[in-house]
Amino acid sequence: MVGIRSFGSYVPKLRLSRKEIGDAWGIPSAPGEKAVASWDEDSLTMAVEAGLDCLRDFDSSLVDGLYFASTTAPYKEKQTSSVIAAALDLRRDIQTADFTDSLRAGTTGLRAACDAVKSGSAKNVLVVASDCRLGEPQTAMEQLFGDGAVALLVSDEDVAAGIDAVHSITDEFTGPWRKQDDTYVRQFEAKLDATYGYARNVAESASGLLKRERVEPKSVTKLILYAPDPKSFMGVAKRLGFEMNQLQDPLLLMVGNTGTPQCLMILVAALEQAKPGDRLLVVSYGDGSDALLMTVTDRVDALRDGKGVTPYIESKAMLPSYAQYTKFRNIVSGERAPIRSSTVTYWRDRKQELNLYGARCKQCGVLQYPIGRVCFECGAKDEMEEVKLAKSGKVFTFTLDNLAIGMPLPVPRLVVDLNGGGRIFLEMTDCEPEKIEVGMPVELTFRRMHEGAGFYNYYWKARPPRKKEA
Amino acid sequence: MSESIKDRVAVMGVGCTKFGELWEKDAEDLLVDAVYAAYEDAGVTQDDIEAAWVGIMYPFTGMAGVSLADPLKLYGKPNTRVENFCASGMDAFRNACFSIAAGVYDIVLVCGVEKILDQGSRGLPDLGSSQPVMGDISAPAMFALAATRCFSEYGWNKETLAHVPVKNHHNGAKHPKAHFRKEITKDDVLNAPMIAAPLGRYDCCAVSDGAAALVLSRPDLAKKFNHKDDYVLVKANALAVHTGAPMYKPSFNYIGFPATQDAAKSAYEQAGISNPRKEISFAEVHDCFSITEILNCEDLQFCRKAEGGDFVASGATAVDGELPVNPSGGLKCFGHPIGATGCRMLYEVTKQLQGRADGYQVKNRELGLAHNLGGPGSVCSVTILGQH
Repeated sequence: MVGIRSFGSYVPKLRLSRKEIGDAWGIPSAPGEKAVASWDEDSLTMAVEAGLDCLRDFDSSLVDGLYFASTTAPYKEKQTSSVIAAALDLRRDIQTADFTDSLRAGTTGLRAACDAVKSGSAKNVLVVASDCRLGEPQTAMEQLFGDGAVALLVSDEDVAAGIDAVHSITDEFTGPWRKQDDTYVRQFEAKLDATYGYARNVAESASGLLKRERVEPKSVTKLILYAPDPKSFMGVAKRLGFEMNQLQDPLLLMVGNTGTPQCLMILVAALEQAKPGDRLLVVSYGDGSDALLMTVTDRVDALRDGKGVTPYIESKAMLPSYAQYTKFRNIVSGERAPIRSSTVTYWRDRKQELNLYGARCKQCGVLQYPIGRVCFECGAKDEMEEVKLAKSGKVFTFTLDNLAIGMPLPVPRLVVDLNGGGRIFLEMTDCEPEKIEVGMPVELTFRRMHEGAGFYNYYWKARPPRKKEA
Repeated sequence: MSESIKDRVAVMGVGCTKFGELWEKDAEDLLVDAVYAAYEDAGVTQDDIEAAWVGIMYPFTGMAGVSLADPLKLYGKPNTRVENFCASGMDAFRNACFSIAAGVYDIVLVCGVEKILDQGSRGLPDLGSSQPVMGDISAPAMFALAATRCFSEYGWNKETLAHVPVKNHHNGAKHPKAHFRKEITKDDVLNAPMIAAPLGRYDCCAVSDGAAALVLSRPDLAKKFNHKDDYVLVKANALAVHTGAPMYKPSFNYIGFPATQDAAKSAYEQAGISNPRKEISFAEVHDCFSITEILNCEDLQFCRKAEGGDFVASGATAVDGELPVNPSGGLKCFGHPIGATGCRMLYEVTKQLQGRADGYQVKNRELGLAHNLGGPGSVCSVTILGQH
């Protein structure tokens, strides 16, 4: 049986109260808050985080496919999944692919992964969906949208939720869209979308699947339904014959509408609570709809070790103002000093900078970073053995640099001794600088550093641990 | 063992510009002023100069030998720009010393200059990292890493550091060429805005412009010029280079700088010094940041490891103390035009040894030490000069 072997998620630490947004514009505000990617995050970095969460305690060399789904991939031309594969230290002889341009891309990627495993062309395929969409300032979308990511490992071994059946429809309907050069999501008449686009599409795929599989709504434990807003999904569920207590909370109040990853993130939230034997119906939307019927197995219990979306929702920090949000999301931008970079050095050093490898000296045994020819400690030449470094450690010393180029100032810069060896110098993000101290534990997080040489330079930063130890 | 440089090179003249925000002067003005002051002090003309070295760090100040040849119109002679971080000026001096000791030249010029404020006054200008994503680090942040670590290891705090700027500002207030000539209090230091925590504004030296120059010769020739028998002798001249990336080196402890420790050890051997605390009369050390001066005192063996905080608090390093440190006011009051600083320190030590430091003269003036520490504690130059 093909299904979900592991899951992971990511919600950025920063949240913005919708009241801040409404007050900034003098318009009514929706309840709750939205998750906001920090200034050094994008759909790619959040996908890496979700992938790390999903692959925790799993040998990454066993993954033989990576599908990335998003409507906000950082590049128009250049694959995102290849960068994610490097940061997750996946093998080179795997298939990577980006599924883009539709909010339905997450479930499309999931379907494709299932097909690949079923066909035998891959054993374990990682599907990561991530979005970082901007609603136009002063609109309801601005308040509603939130940022987040999800990762599902699809396999035919150790399956925690088997995928029993799928059904897809395609529909030419101009729902939300963005042209090549648009910054903000556009929407046609919202009522038309709710009635003829969203409601009709999801109802058609869901009822088509249930009918074909001869499954009654009442035998479905949870309906995991994409929710473009806090109301319309309830009407659809009711018309399909579901009770309100069967509906999985779409996380709009605490996270917002995350777009492509949304229905898979709420699937993960459902799996965090699911019992063996539960049946789940996942329904996505975007230029049509995908519906997937799943059955939870007893392996789901093994996944309850702090993975998933809930711990990230609980770990949060409020953005102090709407103004800060506009700066962080580049809605207002200042002049930025050009930063020197080079695609050549970035390529040459990819193993140490993206895959995060150091080297152990075979003579003296000291693990060191970056990878040099001659040992930092004993001077042995060419005795280095590449070693994957731990993504956690302790602060050896630090400073809060007001002269650094970065935002916001001061930029915390840490000398970190990684668990298991290796010393590295990192910026710290998602933190309260005044609370940093020598000896505190940190974990590494993948971030967008800058755009030197006209490309996105990604690297690792440190942050205070976000999840409690399982 | 190879022969020591001790007593084989004489400083026969020195010159120095005022240091500060010299908006109206360029590197040419500064070099011409400092070099001609040194010529006058030595009693030589440019025709006597057989070779020259200039310490400059930033390419925008000047590159290659022409950065000195063109301002002076010193053409047709060997002329070399030396770059070695903050030790650029003192390393230029070291190279010049070797040429005299080797007997290749009789009279040479060494100078240092930096024109930083043309690039703005917000810290040191960026050099551009060869490693784009791992991130550059500001100079205050490099040394703040040591301060944080010492706070954690020894229980030191910002008050421990404050003794250094208060003392150096007290000294610099009396020096006519200093950038800052104002006394400050401990409260001024503690309440100043943060630059790179835990280092505040008064823990950091300023960005300044300036130049300094020296004329060197053999002792037997030097006595035929201006200062007759009152020339100054080079007793030792050491350079030690450690890693430029201590933040990645697993064993780097951040409670001292091996570059200084090694350069000091070599210099003391050359000069035949066994008890630096007793034998060194006074020192100009690299106080780019308050923490650096404290760690320098330990690394130069003026006090024991971990005792630097108590040592500077005790008053031992005051002008009238047991071992005056930075009687000129140091980088704290002069600022740090990188290439110029090492030569300025040698100018100061020479003046003190000759008893010409009017208004800030130390009492004991037998052996003076000058110390530069560059990069994140990477490159250290130690020079010891003594009376003839």
